[in-house]
Amino acid sequence: MSTHASHKKRSGLMDWLTTVDHKKIGILYLIAGGFFFIIGGLEAMFMRIQLFKPENDFVAAETFNQLLTMHGTTMIFFAAMPLIFAFMNAVVPLQIGARDVAFPFVNALGFWLFFFGGVLLNLSWLLGGAPDAGWTAYAPLSTTSEGSGVDFYVLGLQISGAGTLVGGINFLVTIINMRAPGMTFMRMPLFTWTAFVTSGLILFAFPPLTIGLFMLMFERVFDANFFNPDNGGNILIWEHIFWIFGHPEVYILILPSFGAISEVVATFSRKRLFGYSAMVFATVLIGFLGFMVWVHHMFTVGLGPVANSIFAVATMAIAVPTGVKIFNWLFTMWGGKIVFSTAMLWAVGFIPTFVMGGVTGVMLAIPSADYQFHDSYFVVAHFHYVIVGGVILGLFAGLYYWYPRMFNRVLNETLGKIHFWTFFIGFHLTFFPQHFLGLMGMPRRVFTYLSGQDLDQLNFISTIGAFLMAIGTIVLFINVIISTSKKYAPSSDPWHGRTLEWAIPYPTPEYNFAQTPLVRGLDAFWVEKAAGNKGMTPAEPVGDIHMPNPSILPLIMSIGLFVAAFGLIYDTMTVVVIGMAITFISMFFRSVIDDHGFHIHKEEVEEDLKGVKL
Amino acid sequence: MFAMLALLLMGCGDPTLSALLPQGEVADKQYSLMVLSLAIMIFVLLVVFVIYVFVIIKFRKRKGDDTIPEQVEGNHLLEILWTAIPILLLIILAVPTVMQTFDLSAKDKPKKGELALKVTGHQYWWEFEYPKEEIITSQELVLPVNTKVHVELSSADVIHSFWIPSLAGKTDTNPGDGSKNYMWIETGSKEQVYKGKCAELCGASHALMDFKVKVVSKDKYQAWVNSFKKASGKATGNAAEGQKIFEKNCLSCHAVGKEGGNTGPNLTGFGDKQRVAGVLEHNKDNVKKWIKDPQKVKPGNNMPNVPLNDEEVDAVADYLLSLKLQ
Repeated sequence: MSTHASHKKRSGLMDWLTTVDHKKIGILYLIAGGFFFIIGGLEAMFMRIQLFKPENDFVAAETFNQLLTMHGTTMIFFAAMPLIFAFMNAVVPLQIGARDVAFPFVNALGFWLFFFGGVLLNLSWLLGGAPDAGWTAYAPLSTTSEGSGVDFYVLGLQISGAGTLVGGINFLVTIINMRAPGMTFMRMPLFTWTAFVTSGLILFAFPPLTIGLFMLMFERVFDANFFNPDNGGNILIWEHIFWIFGHPEVYILILPSFGAISEVVATFSRKRLFGYSAMVFATVLIGFLGFMVWVHHMFTVGLGPVANSIFAVATMAIAVPTGVKIFNWLFTMWGGKIVFSTAMLWAVGFIPTFVMGGVTGVMLAIPSADYQFHDSYFVVAHFHYVIVGGVILGLFAGLYYWYPRMFNRVLNETLGKIHFWTFFIGFHLTFFPQHFLGLMGMPRRVFTYLSGQDLDQLNFISTIGAFLMAIGTIVLFINVIISTSKKYAPSSDPWHGRTLEWAIPYPTPEYNFAQTPLVRGLDAFWVEKAAGNKGMTPAEPVGDIHMPNPSILPLIMSIGLFVAAFGLIYDTMTVVVIGMAITFISMFFRSVIDDHGFHIHKEEVEEDLKGVKL
Repeated sequence: MFAMLALLLMGCGDPTLSALLPQGEVADKQYSLMVLSLAIMIFVLLVVFVIYVFVIIKFRKRKGDDTIPEQVEGNHLLEILWTAIPILLLIILAVPTVMQTFDLSAKDKPKKGELALKVTGHQYWWEFEYPKEEIITSQELVLPVNTKVHVELSSADVIHSFWIPSLAGKTDTNPGDGSKNYMWIETGSKEQVYKGKCAELCGASHALMDFKVKVVSKDKYQAWVNSFKKASGKATGNAAEGQKIFEKNCLSCHAVGKEGGNTGPNLTGFGDKQRVAGVLEHNKDNVKKWIKDPQKVKPGNNMPNVPLNDEEVDAVADYLLSLKLQ
């Protein structure tokens, strides 16, 4: 066997800064995503306080536009995306019986790029004002916006977008190449399937965003004219590019949540997923159709009745595979023995909430009716039903479900249920009235509204709901803090899991599986348990396990780009050169230094196996 | 419960602002499709909710019951059903959708009998031009009842969106000659002042970019056109002092009658307006408030602070309020 047996153990902070272990990177994503979720949530609270009565002056008009821009950008790119990557990292390799992702180094790089992109964007609050052109950054409002806010937006998203793209590629390769023997595509757990399709969407959706952001950057930093009609440019270019990315982005967010819901519903109903192959097919179809519908964000832009009709019908078509999923979840529960754990409560709350977001989505697909809905509070209600009621409820289900696997501890169920009920009721109280506000003539992105327009009561109710959601979120964080002081979970399989991640002893060993498992059917662990086996049947003898070395380079590379971004924002080319030099020199070292990783020896693995607790 | 609430709330809101209380052909048609789609969607919701409630009540785990339920793989007939029925429902919805999308679209030239109107969005006010009548006005659109209006939309700066919820859904106003938009409106039979809104984030005062649509009888409309065309900036009564100050300081941007620039709103007939700057109540104090510090009322707008003392501001306000048509 190899001679590179130097088992580099790092401790404390250095361990976290240099880790390439997918489990630790998952935790890093969870913490960073949680942090940005709080910031985005605070921004939302400030907006709801401003809007609780007409003609309020809690924040100024300019500040409100910064809040709405940062709330949207933060929640989409720096809260929802990393939380999804958190679970993909924590769960996918375990579910397919792999020891890590295909490119552990790239995985760490993806995290640090995301993290510094998010930090860069949020520093704009302290450095002269946040971006104020909306998360959609429509030109020419974005290209002519004063100050550096929009530059922070462009570069923050550019850096974190690169991280997301490499992360997506990494998961595609991992899922294609690193499945355990017997884990065929049609035996993969649904969460892995959704992670796979989402990664594919990232591969095709993020490059357009990158191009669009480059154009916007050139327009702002180097006075290019892509979107300037006075010099032959066209503002519609940005809208198209943004939504060619932006619509698939919605599915990038929602599919892993669907995956988490599928796992939770099946596990807590004690049944296999109803219509597994239909579910897989629906997932792929939603991902595919997700690229065909971007113009439904642009019905009022004036593309003409032909384009509007085609995209209207294409949009309606997405309702069909989505409906298939809903009914399959309902029939998974049908005939089951449903246990209402906190995770299951979130999943059960998700179903009707998401259906409501879905039906307003079909209504929005009607171009002439959309002329009334578009850019009104009706749309605000719709996409919060989809993104909070869909994505976030799904992620909370996933959090309570996988928390024991990630942290070897369970979250308190009572606090979890308080979290659920306050957040769930608060959510509907906040967003249900907003449908009507929109229909009653309230445009979105307004920092205030005049009295005497019959908009006062519903706005007031909406703000009360927002406070309930905030209380729920605080309860969650109390729960998390309490859990850190608790001892390990009573069992490595607390929910009677069906999939491979529950077949691993706790705490999860660094190498995940002492012996790669042999997969003998869908719900691999359930199959073994049903056959009376204690654990998985190994597909290999115990041997040395090859592991990747930790590295500080991903962090340094990301810092280099972070520094270069400041140079671009403040038009200082020396800083750009220094930053890029840091990144390129790190890349050079990464390329020339031979890094063979290390081995965990057979004896160590055997030692671990003796003390296994299941 | 939500469906009930939905029905309960239908028809709510300010009758001059709510899309749920439509006036005129366009808003009526849009409302009817909204209702059709809502009806289909409430049907879908009911089916899902009934199954859902049944399932979570009937199939909860009972205490002491540790048996493992049957592991059902799926059911082909059910899968076909819940694929085919939604497709049918969507076809029912898609046919009128496509028909209406074409029906409500507008060509780049007005049809015979349609009133031609050009709308230009500015940060943060609206310019209305009647090309045939050769009238340019701002912030308050005057239209005759029961008339089809062909609207050409463009923008002088960033993207805005022209929305009169009671009369018609919105259409964006794009900057650039190549991106002009067209829509049509039918004014309905009611004499009414409707509220209009900007629906696309356009800067700090996006929320304050309100306008009014005055739908009046055909006679009143004709009278308005005639008096507008005759209007001049000549002061009446004791407003002559204000007129002088106005001509010196304001006329380069604001036209009155046929005189003056066009970078700011046309102020012909200002005395008849409903609001100052689209948002403040129409009185002298508010006119003075606006002139003294426009940024305080509408942050980010393009009007500079004009160096006038209190007496001059007072005189200009008197003059502006004296500008009445008829």
